[in-house]
Amino acid sequence: MMPDLGKYAFAVLASYGVSLALLALLVGWSIWRYRAVKAVLEAAEARLRKG
Amino acid sequence: MSLWEYANPKKFSETAARLLPVVAPLAGLCLAIGLIWGFFFTPDDYKQGSTVKIIFLHVPAAMMAINAWIMMLVASLVWIVRRHHVSALAAKAAAPIGMVFTLIALATGAFWGQPMWGTWWEWDPRLTSFLILLLFYLGYIALWQAVESPDTAADLTGVLCIVGSVFAVLSRYAVKFWNQGLHQDSTIMKVGEKDPLDPAYYWPLIVCLIGVVALFVALVLLRTVTEIRLRRLAAIEAREKFE
Repeated sequence: MMPDLGKYAFAVLASYGVSLALLALLVGWSIWRYRAVKAVLEAAEARLRKG
Repeated sequence: MSLWEYANPKKFSETAARLLPVVAPLAGLCLAIGLIWGFFFTPDDYKQGSTVKIIFLHVPAAMMAINAWIMMLVASLVWIVRRHHVSALAAKAAAPIGMVFTLIALATGAFWGQPMWGTWWEWDPRLTSFLILLLFYLGYIALWQAVESPDTAADLTGVLCIVGSVFAVLSRYAVKFWNQGLHQDSTIMKVGEKDPLDPAYYWPLIVCLIGVVALFVALVLLRTVTEIRLRRLAAIEAREKFE
């Protein structure tokens, strides 16, 4: 199934590896931050409602 | 319905909540199909060999690196002219995404350039303008962090964004302005002309392009909603301090 990349295997695999890792980090960080901020805001709004 | 309704943080957040379940899966699906198609099912190029497969990452990333800055420019201008906070926050939210796409474009270009040009880096007009664009992204993000007042930060980063847009445009047209570098001109839209992109690579590349645009939109929505919530949180905390 794996294509024969020949003498350029390092260039191709490194490109895909670095790019997918950077995209995964960006998406993961964005989702984690979205959830973390949502949780903190909900707690603050609950405090506000209680007075 | 007016476009300016989305300047309302509540309206923007509600719209983002409706769009995200559509745009995020579209991004994942298109990127998965485009990259699997490009990596596993396209032939080697007669000149570039298997390094042609890097095009499916390099070209979409480079296009989004420039277009993300253009989106930030439009959002910054809306902030400067109309003082809509959501637009300033959308520009702030887009910067790390554009920076990552710029990094990917530079890294994949270096991995491709080493075997094809015999060098990882060349002070070519397009490569150099992309490096400057990366520095502008870093400066833009740093400026948001450095200024305490959010409105002042939005003003200053807006001005930086206008200045940086010169390099975003230069990155796009550097090959045309200075026809002396190593980097080739775009071949995607040259169907029917001399030296076009081979059809074997065209469609997987188009699918990847749709994927990165959808990913950009999804991430901007997600991160802008996060910024809106952070602004609301700061307001609540400020109110608690006074009580």
